[in-house]
Amino acid sequence: MNISNILIAAGVLGGLGLIFGLVLGIASKVFEVHKDERLAKIMEVLPCANCGGCGFAGCGSFAQAVIDGKAPVSSCSVGGAACAEKVSDIMGVESSFVRKTARVKCVATCNESPARYNYSGTTSCKAANRLGGGPKSCSYGCMGFGSCVSVCEFDAMHIVDGIAVVDMESCTACGKCVEACPKGLIEIVPENNKYFVACNSKDKGSDMKNTCSVGCIACKLCVKACEYDAIEVKDNLAVIDTVKCTSCGACFEKCPRKIIKEF
Amino acid sequence: MDTLWRLVAISISAILVQNFVLVRFLGCCPFLGVSKKINTALGMGGAVIFVMALASLLTWLVQYFLLAPLGLDYLQTIAFILVIASLVQFVEMVLIKNMPALYDSLGIYLPLITTNCAVLGVTILSQTNGYNLLESVVFATAAAVGFTLAIVLFAGIRERLEESDIPEFMKGFPIALISASLISLAFFGFQGFNL
Repeated sequence: MNISNILIAAGVLGGLGLIFGLVLGIASKVFEVHKDERLAKIMEVLPCANCGGCGFAGCGSFAQAVIDGKAPVSSCSVGGAACAEKVSDIMGVESSFVRKTARVKCVATCNESPARYNYSGTTSCKAANRLGGGPKSCSYGCMGFGSCVSVCEFDAMHIVDGIAVVDMESCTACGKCVEACPKGLIEIVPENNKYFVACNSKDKGSDMKNTCSVGCIACKLCVKACEYDAIEVKDNLAVIDTVKCTSCGACFEKCPRKIIKEF
Repeated sequence: MDTLWRLVAISISAILVQNFVLVRFLGCCPFLGVSKKINTALGMGGAVIFVMALASLLTWLVQYFLLAPLGLDYLQTIAFILVIASLVQFVEMVLIKNMPALYDSLGIYLPLITTNCAVLGVTILSQTNGYNLLESVVFATAAAVGFTLAIVLFAGIRERLEESDIPEFMKGFPIALISASLISLAFFGFQGFNL
């Protein structure tokens, strides 16, 4: 049991370790890759769910794209307005987040659009929709069975008087209700567009007297009233272009059926 | 002339007869992990060639000048691992700086070369077989070329497997492992070549 043996062994290994450590230390300086410091700051602010909703492969790619100028600062819909503001602060630009909400394009309860037949099947909109478009007289309208309510994670959808209604305070515009609705009744619009056409019916005006007492009859009075060319009638239904619309309310005043609603 | 023949014999033995991955079963982890695409497999093969050649050079020198004279042969394993680990770190730094795309595609498998038994195996086998410096380096390079051959072949097969009709429970690793064993059987056909 020679102490010098142990010392030599320890010395050799220790010496090797030291030398390699030094070489690696020098190499890490020589081969340094400069990472933008804003990348780390942005990553801290993002929700980091890596959901891909912004269109980029994960939060890291989104942060890099914002720095490169390839992505608008407010693309992260999960982070919302608060996150967009913080990212704009880090990048030193103005925040431009537009809050969006879901809206249901139907206001006809069973009084306005009575039932065609008695439906006693599964209380699911997709199921009811397969039976000739649902039990309501208007086959484009909301049947009120609540498929949208069951997918909403933010408790923003409720069935009131047999039709779906959105609670705009809770809505985060995630889009799940839009996918769940088999009739495509729900659309996501910017919150500050005050007026929208609450009807989805592509039936001709003359047919509407049998299907719904309040629906859009495509009379085109709104189109004539609009100064900004923001409303047009497509497939017997008035449609507002949210980009051109200035929320002046001229169409709202003119609509004889009062189907253009104000928020 | 003799040396040349000897080197050729060592190379053929390392590439085909005693292929590191398919016959000696060393280095299966990156073999299965990086063989999804031929491009990545080639990149990995290149990295392994570089690491193995340099590692065998450095470890041979450490053994000859440091461990053997001081009678520290028992420290061989740990000293070799130290050398290999530092070398792989160095390679990683070079890759991040000069070839970031390759670095991204290799992912975690690059540092895995460190603990990879294939690299340690090559260095220790050189010592066991008593090769000199030139033979060591040639042996290691050939071993890495054999690894590259195996991984690229396997990547080609796996790319085809992606489009094949495979039962659900066999998809992914199960069918990959079975294919690997079949290729390994094929390479066992080279046994008996006494070079």
